[in-house]
Amino acid sequence: MFGLANPDRFMRFTRPVTPVLWGLAVVLLAVGTWLSFAAPADYQQGDTVRIMFIHVPAATLGLGAYAALGVSSFFALVFRHPLADAAARAAALPGAVLTGLALITGSLWGQPMWGTWWVWDARLTSVLVLFLFYLGYMALRASIDDEQKAGRAAAVLGLVGLINLPIVKFSVDWWNTLHQPASLLRAGGTSLDPAYLTPLLTMMAAYGMLFGAVWLTSIRTEVRRRRVLTLRARAAQEA
Amino acid sequence: MLDLDMSPYGVFVWSSWAISAVALAAISLRALVAARRWKRELARLEEARK
Repeated sequence: MFGLANPDRFMRFTRPVTPVLWGLAVVLLAVGTWLSFAAPADYQQGDTVRIMFIHVPAATLGLGAYAALGVSSFFALVFRHPLADAAARAAALPGAVLTGLALITGSLWGQPMWGTWWVWDARLTSVLVLFLFYLGYMALRASIDDEQKAGRAAAVLGLVGLINLPIVKFSVDWWNTLHQPASLLRAGGTSLDPAYLTPLLTMMAAYGMLFGAVWLTSIRTEVRRRRVLTLRARAAQEA
Repeated sequence: MLDLDMSPYGVFVWSSWAISAVALAAISLRALVAARRWKRELARLEEARK
């Protein structure tokens, strides 16, 4: 595992893994979409239950991506490892998009079911805060010209944002919220009927593979970009 | 069989899926285009150094 901290070894290892992730993502997205529209309409929610198959994976992966960003930021700060910094940077945009999708699809699900697009309850607000942490992370990186300083400042913000993850997860247990409590990962097992569980798990796997593919591709790109900058700097010195 | 009649919630269901599809396609495409660009640029510079 720690061997992958070497950029050359990382590039060699991820070269065959990345296309496999892309392939799995495409296949799982196709199968998951089919299953999502083959599932019966819910007796209470009707066809809006189909929003769950894209809302829950987006929210879960939005949280997961931030965990990846936060842990990578920790290694970047403590060990000053460039690959960890690249991993944190590469997780930010897909994580922000997934969290944004969770907010938008949640709102589109909330309007017909709750009768409102938005409420300032603990779950919705903490996910909005997560989204703002992503935006802040990207804005901070972009606002400082020195890449090393930008990386360090953003890593501190990335670490601070980790505090929000358990708040998002347990907000539905700690406070009274309009958002429903956990129905997938909860004590006593899932409360979902298999007719909905199968498409949901398939879509979660699809989103996971897609995030993995985008993340690894972006880290590999970042490694190459830094090599290009080094080579350009060397060429400028030699000239 | 697929059930594509989402009424009366069609606008909510289809817009959720459409927005998600566009956003996921955009981040995928962006990652792949950037990967291609920097791979080419690195190869060009390494070739020039030989």
